[in-house]
Amino acid sequence: MSTADAVAAVLWLGVTFYAVFAGADFGAGFWDLLSGKGERGERAREAVAHSIGPVWEANHVWLIFVLVVLWTAFSAAFGAIMSTLFVPLSLVALGIVLRGAGFAFKGTAARAGGRYVADRLFAFSSLLTPFFMGTVVGAVASGRVPPGNAEGDAVTSWLNPVSLVTGVLFVATSAYLAAVFLTHDSRRFAPELVGYFRLRALVAGAVSGVIAIVAMFFYKSDAEFIYEGLTGDALPLVIVSLLCGIAALVLLWRGEGWARVPAVGAVVTMVWAWGVAQHPYLLPQALTIEEGAGVSTTLTWVLIVFVVAVLVVLPSLFLLFALAQRDIVEEQPELSGRDG
Amino acid sequence: MLTSLLDPLPLAASGELLPAREQMALTLGFHIIFASLGIAFPAYMLIANFIGLRRNDPDALELARRWSKVAAVTFAVGAVTGTVISFEFGLLWPEFTARFGDVFGVAFAVEGIFFFLEAIFIGIYLFGWKRLSPWTHFWSGVPIVVCGIGGALSVVAVNAWMNQPQGFALSRRGDVTSVEPFKVIFNGAFGYEVPHMILAGYLLTGFLIASVYAVGMLRGRRDRHHRLGLLIPLTVALIAAPIQFFVGDVAARSVAEDQPVKFAAMECVQETHTHVTEYLGGRCTDEGVKGGIGIPNLDSWLVGFSADTEVVGLDSVPPEDRPPANTMLHLAFDAMVGICCALMALGVWFAFVWWRRRDIPKTKWFLRAVAISGVAVGVAIECGWIITEVGRQPWIVYEVMKTEEAVTGASGIWFTLGGVVVLYTALGIATVLVLRAMARRWREAGSAAEEGGGPYEAPPPVAAGGGK
Repeated sequence: MSTADAVAAVLWLGVTFYAVFAGADFGAGFWDLLSGKGERGERAREAVAHSIGPVWEANHVWLIFVLVVLWTAFSAAFGAIMSTLFVPLSLVALGIVLRGAGFAFKGTAARAGGRYVADRLFAFSSLLTPFFMGTVVGAVASGRVPPGNAEGDAVTSWLNPVSLVTGVLFVATSAYLAAVFLTHDSRRFAPELVGYFRLRALVAGAVSGVIAIVAMFFYKSDAEFIYEGLTGDALPLVIVSLLCGIAALVLLWRGEGWARVPAVGAVVTMVWAWGVAQHPYLLPQALTIEEGAGVSTTLTWVLIVFVVAVLVVLPSLFLLFALAQRDIVEEQPELSGRDG
Repeated sequence: MLTSLLDPLPLAASGELLPAREQMALTLGFHIIFASLGIAFPAYMLIANFIGLRRNDPDALELARRWSKVAAVTFAVGAVTGTVISFEFGLLWPEFTARFGDVFGVAFAVEGIFFFLEAIFIGIYLFGWKRLSPWTHFWSGVPIVVCGIGGALSVVAVNAWMNQPQGFALSRRGDVTSVEPFKVIFNGAFGYEVPHMILAGYLLTGFLIASVYAVGMLRGRRDRHHRLGLLIPLTVALIAAPIQFFVGDVAARSVAEDQPVKFAAMECVQETHTHVTEYLGGRCTDEGVKGGIGIPNLDSWLVGFSADTEVVGLDSVPPEDRPPANTMLHLAFDAMVGICCALMALGVWFAFVWWRRRDIPKTKWFLRAVAISGVAVGVAIECGWIITEVGRQPWIVYEVMKTEEAVTGASGIWFTLGGVVVLYTALGIATVLVLRAMARRWREAGSAAEEGGGPYEAPPPVAAGGGK
């Protein structure tokens, strides 16, 4: 494995973390959006806020990690993607601003009206970002992003069946992940919502599966290279992903607590299946990892910084999660007291 | 006048260059305020926390608790506006990043670690109020301060590199062939740009916090809480002001040496000569400064401590290599230096009265001055960034790559610029409204109102209190 491949693997690790954590995060916003009026919707929104409140900022950092590694190690690919896909990526950024601001303000706004607006913005932008992120991935996968400064078509590069179905798949998958997490988290601080989120997890899981199958047909006709990869080298991963997805649904159905594990597994294996299918290309059939890689000193430095990050950040992150969990547990009586 | 301030680059190449520059200016100008708060707010919070624990002072602890929640809100806004800038590296300047990403990228990777840690420890500190023992909690805040400084250092290092590029080699085609990350990070401008920005963060935050309490005191809230809320940040910021003046002076002299054209634009020096007059205010024209106050020989003195010092003029480079909007640069420089001088005068006033009476000056004029000081520092920071960014034009990497070469080939930036104007206006207003609402809640509820309310926490129970 070359240094460039190693850095690409690090990049993919970042993509994986982003897909799982931020995916769950966006999905939670999706359920916030669909929670509806009334007492139960209110409770569901509260559960969403409780579940992601402590960690949302940390999740968001994975995207910055991906952007920085991409532009440092594979700057040519970064420039090509960001310029050709100017429109969807601007909308991704818009979603991030609205979502971050909405989430920060919905707990702090003075009046209920302000909180409502912030909450709706948060929920709506939770759709915007993953959807357009999906169109970007679809554009890259189907070879619509040539190297160079805005060399691809500004519109059709992302406004095409492959991109759109990938966008929908991203939204569905994040909703599914979030519902699985929320089912689990509800056990501790809102037991009456376990059934509520479990139903949604089952539906979203089934819908994601159907969309994934539909997407494969589009890939077959319009993103052949990726399709061949997914049905070739990456086939074992695709199968594992499928089995994980089914296992998660079965476990959910039977009310088992650890459905989270195969649910995350399904997403992780799908991300890596995509990576394997696309290898050795950054931009399929136009720019390989080796061609797109920066100077070797920089690549080595990215790896060094990554190791330092793992050594420093992971223990800190663990500490935060530990404290956050303790907080949720200890606040339990207080919370139910509020509603009484 | 307005057109002369806003005149586009002499080389109006791509139609997207102007909106791209304006969008970058707007988003960076917005972000820098929140970035400054991110650098320094945790330090003020910890100072109050330390005083509170050391002297067993509940008022100081209360301040620390409130400031930690304000810091969390401003950090959250800074995080999203910072992410927008990461996007803009590609959305607006893909050629710049595509060509030099592997040169300056490592600094951003390091910044990523600091940012991540800062986010994590802000979370820990906020939870720690209830979950950790008092001193453990205090120490859990120290990494936030260290990471704030480390993050600023890494990012400003990249900007310094754009001003003083080094540590890389180019092939004949212009591709980067080798990189020395240490040389890139510790470049010629690192030594003055980094402390200048970090001090600016401490000045902005200190005066901004103090100004909030000064307004409260002017409205008659003269309790110990307000007094302490004014004194802690004001003391730190007033000590930082003269240090900043010294660092800024070194910076200006270094710019005169390393980027003489930028300095010439700041000072409106048309022709290279000795015995150069320093102008305060005025308008830059081809014939020199019109309407300013001139002090003969001073500019030469400031650059080289002698009237015989030669100051390089704009005529040293062809017109297309000169920065635009000289009047704006000149006035921005004057405003920045003027504001720092005024802050130092405020410090002398305060120190004198404190030395005589151990008290804040009694006159309302002192409080009024403090009340506007926060906004004034904000203006000074914007001026500083205008000088360093517009003053470097037409280069994005000084004397290596022109900004027009870096801009995206995508079209429609006027639209995104319009969107950014609307979005950031709303974001700015919402931030202010939310912070005011937090202050009002605290005032009304006294120290009891400590439940929820931060972006990291569950919202206050809407079902009980909202909608009525």
